[in-house]
Amino acid sequence: MSEATANKIPVTVLTGYLGAGKTTLLNRILSENHGKKYAVIVNEFGEIGIDNDLIIGADEEVFEMNNGCVCCTVRGDLVRILDGLMKRKGKFDAIIVETTGLADPAPVAQTFFVDEDVQAHARLDAVVTVADAKWLSDRLKDAPEAKNQIAFADVIVLNKIDLVSKPELAEVEARIRAINPYAKLHKTERAQVKLSDVLERGAFDLDRILEIEPDFLEAGDGHDHHGHDHDHGHHHHDHDHGGLKHYHDEDMHSMSLRTDKALDASTFMPWLQDLMAKEGGKILRSKGILSFSGDDDRYVFQGVHMMLEGDHQRPWKDGEKRESRLVFIGRDLPEQLIRDGFERCIPS
Amino acid sequence: MSDFNPLQEQESIVSVTDRVLPVAIGASVTSVHFLGDKAAFVGVEEKVTLVDPAGAMSPVEVAFGGILCSTSDGKRIVMGCDDGKVVVLDRDGAVSTFATDAKRRWIDSVALHPDGAVAWSAGKTAFVQAPKGEVKSFEVPSTVGGLAFAPKGLRLAIAHYNGVTLWFPNMAGNAEVLEWAGSHLGVTFSPDNKFLVTAMHEPALHGWRLVDGKHMRMTGYPARVRSISWSAAGKGLATSGADTVIIWPFASKDGPMGKEPAMLAPLKAKVTMVACHPKQDILAAGYSDGTILMVRITDGAEILVRANKGQPVTALGWNAKGTLLAFADQDGDAGLLEL
Repeated sequence: MSEATANKIPVTVLTGYLGAGKTTLLNRILSENHGKKYAVIVNEFGEIGIDNDLIIGADEEVFEMNNGCVCCTVRGDLVRILDGLMKRKGKFDAIIVETTGLADPAPVAQTFFVDEDVQAHARLDAVVTVADAKWLSDRLKDAPEAKNQIAFADVIVLNKIDLVSKPELAEVEARIRAINPYAKLHKTERAQVKLSDVLERGAFDLDRILEIEPDFLEAGDGHDHHGHDHDHGHHHHDHDHGGLKHYHDEDMHSMSLRTDKALDASTFMPWLQDLMAKEGGKILRSKGILSFSGDDDRYVFQGVHMMLEGDHQRPWKDGEKRESRLVFIGRDLPEQLIRDGFERCIPS
Repeated sequence: MSDFNPLQEQESIVSVTDRVLPVAIGASVTSVHFLGDKAAFVGVEEKVTLVDPAGAMSPVEVAFGGILCSTSDGKRIVMGCDDGKVVVLDRDGAVSTFATDAKRRWIDSVALHPDGAVAWSAGKTAFVQAPKGEVKSFEVPSTVGGLAFAPKGLRLAIAHYNGVTLWFPNMAGNAEVLEWAGSHLGVTFSPDNKFLVTAMHEPALHGWRLVDGKHMRMTGYPARVRSISWSAAGKGLATSGADTVIIWPFASKDGPMGKEPAMLAPLKAKVTMVACHPKQDILAAGYSDGTILMVRITDGAEILVRANKGQPVTALGWNAKGTLLAFADQDGDAGLLEL
C-alpha cells in the first residue's frame, strides 16, 4: 500500500439480503474485544448499541451525479455523514457501512470513488456480503438485489450452514461461484467468522486475484491449481468438477485476464478507461494488479461500473513473478471484446 | 516553472505575519465566530475556545460529542451536534440546549435570523423557532443540505437534492420550490434579497434570480465549493474551490449572468476558506497549504497574514467592526490579527 493509501480510513461495506445475518455479524464486530473503534453507519437505529462506537443513522438516499453518466449514482446521505466524520479523523479506526437488505451496493461503493473529498480521506476496503445458505439459491432466482450483492462482494459470509444439508450447501456454493468466483468465501453458523477475515482486507484481497485459480477450486478437490493457466470462471455448461457442481448464471458472470509480459501504461490505461466508459454499465466490479514496463511498482486498480481508482501499491519483490491479472464481474459481459482489446495492449 | 518558489514570492509581498497573535487551540477547528471582541473557535468536538484580543483563552464545554455545524450573529453562537442537540453559546459564555431532536439524529445544519429565530435540520426535516414562538417544522423530499434565512421576513431556504424549497414558517402550506437537478449542500441569499445561491455536490454553484426564477450556473471549479462569503454591500460573492479566490459579480440586476468572475490571489494551493471584510472591499483567503492572504477586491493587492505552514486553513472570520481577523487550521494552530 502506498503511504497515501495507508493513511486513508478503511471502509467496509456490509451488505446481504434480508435476514441473512448482517446485524448478527455487525453486533459481533462491535462487541468483540479488538481494541478498535469503529464508526458504523446503519440504516436502522436501535438494533445495535455499543457505547464505545459512533453509530450514525443513514437514510439510503441514492442521488444521480450531474455528469451525464446514468450509472453514476451515489449515496447522498453518505457524502454528508462522511463529511462530518472526516473532520473527526483520529477518533475512530475504520468505518463500516451497513446497507439495507434490498440495496444495490453500487451507489454505496461509487460514493467512495466519485466524491473527491471522500476519496481523499477514505478508501473502500471491501464489500462483505452475508448470504443465507438456506435461502440464497431461491433469492438468486427471484431477487436481482441478492445477485448484485453476491457479484459485488470481495468477501462472502455464507451463513446458517447448520440449517442445510451437505448437498444443499454444495449447491448454493456453486451458485455463488457461478456469479463471483473471486470473492473469499467463509462458511459460518451465526456469522461466526474471524473478524480479520472481513475487516481491513485491503491489498490482501487484491492479491488473491494473482492466485491463478478462483477460490472455489481450492475448496473443491484439493488439487494444487496454482500455476495452471486455464480459467474456470466462464464455463458455458454445467458439469461436475471435483465434487462441486458448476453452474452458469444466465446473465451475471465473471472473467479474468492475465499476461506475464509487462504492459505499456500509455496503451493499457486509455484502453481500460475507454472500456469502462463504454461498457461500464455492464461491468459491476473490476480489479487488477498490473505490471507496467519501466515501472518497478505494482499498480493496483479497482472499479465499480464506470468509476476506476488506481495507485502504485508497492515495489515488486525480488523473485516475485511480475504479471498482470485482471478480473471483471458483470452482467452480459462483452467477453470477446474485452479479451481482444486486452490482447492488443500486450506488447508482442 | 521549475525554479518556482512560492516562499520567495510570498516574501516579496507585504507581510503582517509578525503582527499576528498566535493561538494554540490544540484540536481541530471547524469555524470561528466573534462574540463581541472575543474570537470563538468552534472545535470539531466538545469545545468552543473563547479568545480575547490579548490572547487570553477560555475553553467552554458545549457538547459531549461532535459539533457538526455552527452559525453566529455576533451575540450568540448556535451549534448543531451529533447527539441531536441544538446548543447555544451566548456572549457571557453561558451554554444552553435550545432543542433536542426526538430521535437524537445528527443536526446537520443551523441558521440564525436577524430577529432571533433559529432554524436547524435533522434528516429531511427543517425546524424553525421564532423568539416566543413555537417550533414549526417542514419536511422536504430528501435530506436537508443547508439552511439560510432571507434577509427580510421570516422565510427559510432549505437546500436539498434537486433544488431548494423556500418556506414561510408563519404561513401554512405555500412553500415554493426552485428546481435544479443535483445535490445542493449549502445555500445563501444575497444581502439585497434578490438572488439565492447554492453550493452543489459537484464543483459548481447554482443561482436563481428570485423575482423570476431565472437560473445562473456558476461552474469551472476544480473542487467542491465549501466556503462562500458575500463582499461588503453584497456586490460580489467570494468562493473557495479553486487555486484562486473566485468572485462572482452580483452588483447588477442580472447578477453574474453572462459575466466572468474575478480571479484573485492565485497560489499553488487550493483556496479552502474565504471571509469578506464586513465594511470594506477586502477579503481574507485561507489555502490548503496553510497560507492566509488579505486581498483587496478592487485591484487584487495582497498582504500575507500567515505563511504556508502545511495544514489546510479550516476557519476564518472577521469581527463585526472589521478590526479583528481570526483564523485556524486543521490542527488547531490559530491566530488573531488586529488591524
